Amino acid sequence: MLLYQTRLFALLNVFALQAVILALSVAWQAYVQDAIHLYVTAAIAFAFKAVIIPVALHRIISRLGIHRDVENVVGIGPTMLAGLALVALSIVVMLRVVSEADALAREDLAFALSVVLLGMLMMVVRRNAVSMVVGFMSLENGLILAAAGAKGMPLVVEISVAFSVLVAFTVIGVFLFRISERFETVDARALEQFQGDRL
Amino acid sequence: MSGLPLDGLAAILVLPAATAALLAFMPGYRVSAAINVASSLLTFLASLSFLFVKPASGDYFLVDDLNIVFVVLNTFVAFTASVFSASYIGHELETGRLTSIHLRFYHAMYQALTFAMNLALVANNIGLMWVAIEMATLTTVAMVGVYRTQAAIEAAWKYFVLGSVGIALALFGTILVYMAARPVLGEGVGGMVWTTLLGRVAEFDPALLNLAFVFLMLGYGTKVGLAPLHAWLPDAHAEGPTPISAVLSGLLLNVALYAVLRFKLLLDANARAIAPGPLMATLGLVSLIFAAFMLYRRRDIKRLFAFSSIEHMGIIVFAFGMGGPLANFAGLLHMTMHSLTKSAIFFTVGHIAQAKGTQQIADIRGLTVSHPALGWSLVLGVLAIAGAPPLGIFTSEFLVVSSTFARAPWLALLLVFGLLVAFGALILRLQGMAFGEPSPGDRQTTASTLPIAAHFGLVLLAGLYLPPPLVAWFQHVATMLK
Repeated sequence: MLLYQTRLFALLNVFALQAVILALSVAWQAYVQDAIHLYVTAAIAFAFKAVIIPVALHRIISRLGIHRDVENVVGIGPTMLAGLALVALSIVVMLRVVSEADALAREDLAFALSVVLLGMLMMVVRRNAVSMVVGFMSLENGLILAAAGAKGMPLVVEISVAFSVLVAFTVIGVFLFRISERFETVDARALEQFQGDRL
Repeated sequence: MSGLPLDGLAAILVLPAATAALLAFMPGYRVSAAINVASSLLTFLASLSFLFVKPASGDYFLVDDLNIVFVVLNTFVAFTASVFSASYIGHELETGRLTSIHLRFYHAMYQALTFAMNLALVANNIGLMWVAIEMATLTTVAMVGVYRTQAAIEAAWKYFVLGSVGIALALFGTILVYMAARPVLGEGVGGMVWTTLLGRVAEFDPALLNLAFVFLMLGYGTKVGLAPLHAWLPDAHAEGPTPISAVLSGLLLNVALYAVLRFKLLLDANARAIAPGPLMATLGLVSLIFAAFMLYRRRDIKRLFAFSSIEHMGIIVFAFGMGGPLANFAGLLHMTMHSLTKSAIFFTVGHIAQAKGTQQIADIRGLTVSHPALGWSLVLGVLAIAGAPPLGIFTSEFLVVSSTFARAPWLALLLVFGLLVAFGALILRLQGMAFGEPSPGDRQTTASTLPIAAHFGLVLLAGLYLPPPLVAWFQHVATMLK
């Protein structure tokens, strides 16, 4: 879904939707595993990712006045195909590897890996800094899903993931502001300065 | 350390954290620079106490012979870098490249980074280790971007994106390790404690462990700067403040390497999982040869030494990948020597760039004439890093090569080839910068030669004579690494 969206606002809405689904699935895991701390994780995921971050990004985008189309490096068709391939890959890999584990955990991991890979794909194919941020957070969603699926994983990790998203977002926010101060655009192509001396 | 109310372990964590909080509210750069130095010194002294009294290990923290080497090295270089940073930052403030508010931020971040690195090194819980490395990444991202120039922001952004993707992959790997451990160890904290994992790892599902190691290797390997994943490294080194380049090269890469080593030990202990050695050796060798060729094309002096860091991390990872007591010993020694030498080089280069007002290699000429102390330091540093005898890096490279020759002559040939290519590139660049007619634009700087001299002194000493207790210690660690 995220890969298909060509406008930034739509992208953010889809991201919020993904976060809601994430929160629900984590809550479901909490119910199945009878683990109270996972409800906390679900609540954090819902509050931060489904509400606060999309709203904040909305405001940033409106303030910068960049709610125009997102440019893709690769066209939508090939991107979707690549996305499908990645999902298939992660399912194949995961099902083979964790054949001994129970079915729920197995499918959970397969989903998590595919969300992680799709997040990476999104970071690769988008030029715009905001959509890279969204790709990154989608990647983190996948990680939370994986952590929730791992039965009885200590709370340390979930808190840290939530915390890291928060920190990451502040860092990203600061960078977005600085980037926009300097280049009047959030297009990552404007950042390509040192073609001669890099690799 | 009888004088301390707390033990050394608490000290190396609490000191930097408290100082970071303090410095965040401290106006005036002289005072905060002095506090920065003092706190780093105290942390170093506290880490030395590990040599005498080993703190108890628990579910969250672990101090063993392996990480003592890392912690002591880490805090020592952090201390000398803070001394250098004090004089360097003073100059930056005079020339107006930094304002005092940014500086306050910078000093607080410096201590936060020290805290994060120490935490990563003493963590026994793989989740905690991950959090610490993530924190170290975020603080360095903030510091790389501190100049607010276009290039600095680009470098910081690139570092942030690549670093966080790497870290995300590492977390996925960490979760997979837990998944593998769960059927054996049961649910709860036990499945994330490294020492517990190591005890039972032989019973884990090998397929899951393999997959986990691939993610961990790619994730933490990004932070080590291994070759296909190194793109952030040169930019971050070139555009950030030079003390940070020194800390990045000398310390942060080691911390990431340490994480890789811990997981390599886990994989080694499971007979049915893939052997991690060949994967590491391949990545290391690729990094070495790739970086050696890249050295020829560099025009920026800090970028040049950043690529040299990739080259050396390649050698170290290769040595650990080969495994065996001798190669591990060589890898450890090389890591120590590289940290000392490379940070000393960055100290020198920082002063050179300030004196000449440029980082372009072509605009830096005749340093031995115009700035004798800096010029000869650079000559010594480049000779050391290129591996000329009798300096410490020669010893360790020689050990890597000879231990490889005994077991895989073809790999040793490739290794020697990479080393020679890098040697040629560095000497070529050195000639132009150090000798000949001096280029114009020599502002005098108040160079702090003390940290540079201390590092080179140690490197030279190690090349000439390694004290037997140190050799015994490293040998012990090397056999521990298998």
